[in-house]
Amino acid sequence: MSDTIIHLAGLAREYRMDAETVHALRRVDLGIERNESVAIMGPSGSGKSTLMNIVGCLDTPTAGAYWLNGVEVSRMDDDELARVRNREIGFVFQTFNLLPRASALHNVELPLIYSGVGSRERRHKATRALERVGLADRTHHKPNELSGGQRQRVAIARALVNEPSILLADEPTGNLDSTTSAEIMQVFGALHAQGQTIVMVTHEANIAAHASRVITLLDGLVHSDTVREAA
Amino acid sequence: MPFREAIRLALRVIWSQKMKSSFSVIGVFIGVTFLIAVVSILQGMNAYMTERFAGALLGVNTFQVRRYPNFQVGDISRETWREWRRRPRISYDDADAVAAGISVPVLTAWSSATRSDVFYEGRVVKDIEIVGAGEQYFDLKGWEFDQGRPFSPQEARAGQPVVVLGYELAERLFEGSDPIGREVKVRNLPYRVIGVVESQGNVFGISLDKFAIAPALSPVKRIVNPPRVVDELLVKAETAADLRAAMLEAEATMRSRRGLRPGDENNFTLETAEAVLDFWGKINAVLMMALPGLVTISLVVGGIVIMNIMLMAVAERTREIGIRKSLGARRRDIMRQFLVESATLATVGAAIGIGTGLALAGLIQATTFLPARVAPWSIGLAVVLGAGVGITAGLYPASRAARLDPVEAIRHE
Repeated sequence: MSDTIIHLAGLAREYRMDAETVHALRRVDLGIERNESVAIMGPSGSGKSTLMNIVGCLDTPTAGAYWLNGVEVSRMDDDELARVRNREIGFVFQTFNLLPRASALHNVELPLIYSGVGSRERRHKATRALERVGLADRTHHKPNELSGGQRQRVAIARALVNEPSILLADEPTGNLDSTTSAEIMQVFGALHAQGQTIVMVTHEANIAAHASRVITLLDGLVHSDTVREAA
Repeated sequence: MPFREAIRLALRVIWSQKMKSSFSVIGVFIGVTFLIAVVSILQGMNAYMTERFAGALLGVNTFQVRRYPNFQVGDISRETWREWRRRPRISYDDADAVAAGISVPVLTAWSSATRSDVFYEGRVVKDIEIVGAGEQYFDLKGWEFDQGRPFSPQEARAGQPVVVLGYELAERLFEGSDPIGREVKVRNLPYRVIGVVESQGNVFGISLDKFAIAPALSPVKRIVNPPRVVDELLVKAETAADLRAAMLEAEATMRSRRGLRPGDENNFTLETAEAVLDFWGKINAVLMMALPGLVTISLVVGGIVIMNIMLMAVAERTREIGIRKSLGARRRDIMRQFLVESATLATVGAAIGIGTGLALAGLIQATTFLPARVAPWSIGLAVVLGAGVGITAGLYPASRAARLDPVEAIRHE
């Protein structure tokens, strides 16, 4: 058997808005293996973000099941989900989502604080993570003292610091120019080469082209699922 | 998140928003400042009243037989006042009979007083307490002499025009030259100075050294009182037990001289330092009862302000909360973060309030006659109250923050 990290079975998510029910995800069955690099594409309203939130354990499905590393997380309560996010998931957002008043180092330390790592080890690990993304000389800069690409690299360092099972990126280059985007995609490529599982939501075909597998959503259903030989 | 981490974070947030933080703690700050300052002043007053005021003005184990009370704080009804004015005065014979009727060892002295100017050559010192007294007056007060001597029993009996001056009066009349043997004039009456009493300091900013004491039978008798009466007879016993015995005997003597029947009210007053202290105790109790109310009001107001500020902080930092949750913060982590922040905020306010309260008490002590004495318990209480208000006020905002949905929070703004 292959090494399945994410297993989604009949996953659905609906939102009730007044009298109307919105079916963001109708029925998604999906398996993602370790060390895959997956791009999720689709027009707006196709359910990408909802899928992303559920896979990232920020949200729970209204029907179906989600196994992460063989553990069913779709029935977990808030605090258990928080723990899973902390240990298994590393988020990278379009808008970086760094704490503006905290230094790069402190931002990267945050996940370690919530997993109860002592301050010395925290500092060490966070510094290492920043080195990995090439920001060893920027540890004490605040986000507003960094360029967009540097901010996104801080966010990647933060996502990686707890050695998560999945790196989840939501339009990671959406706020960056093409040169910087290419840099960030190189970082992702290198991480993938080191064995990191990456799931990325994007609507840009050239970004998706970096992935080893492209899944397209449409109206809350998987529309296509293409595996490429050697990216 | 560990506790220490949370406090560090809270301090950073508070410091980065100094202006807002100082506004939000103003209620707690005022409440605590008030608590510390008022308790310090009350404690100081307490100590002062027992150690200084009562001792200096009335003396320990001393009582006075008077027509009506001397120390009376607060309102006296018109009826009471009228009744007092109808009472007969204390005559020489009353005073002698009371003194003679006491069987325990005591010192006794007549005392009558008025206020007048005292002259020496060209100089005048206005508004001096002129006392006509018995010769045991000085012993009874326990005064030491700076210069000279008290008047003798012979001088007292003969009503010799000799006078003992208070320290400040002597200083101001003679400005360093030797006062003994000089002739001063009390109103128009010539007096020979025979002694100066050591400085007695002051009570509530009023000098205790502005007096002139002459024998009760000397010419001042014409200005201090109508013929053959005294303001009061002072009686000092050696012990508290003797004091009680002497008071009972004095009361019995007076009642029989006044022809009072059982059930009649006394038409004279026996006054002790205890009475004054009792009265102060009552004032103190009332103030101490009012204090919690006033402090509570400002702390409640302070708590409401902090709660609002924290609700604003939660709204402003919704996105931060979302980010923290996405990184693995549990509800209790977020809850703790905001509770610690609000408790730290209030405690910082309380700490500043403690400092200001102490400074205020010191300032009042330095610039007015009111004494201050810091009560350690009030500082402890202030810290506990500050943290308590912070935690209470933070509960609702913190739980709102903790319950935020991460997906919505992270998309906020």
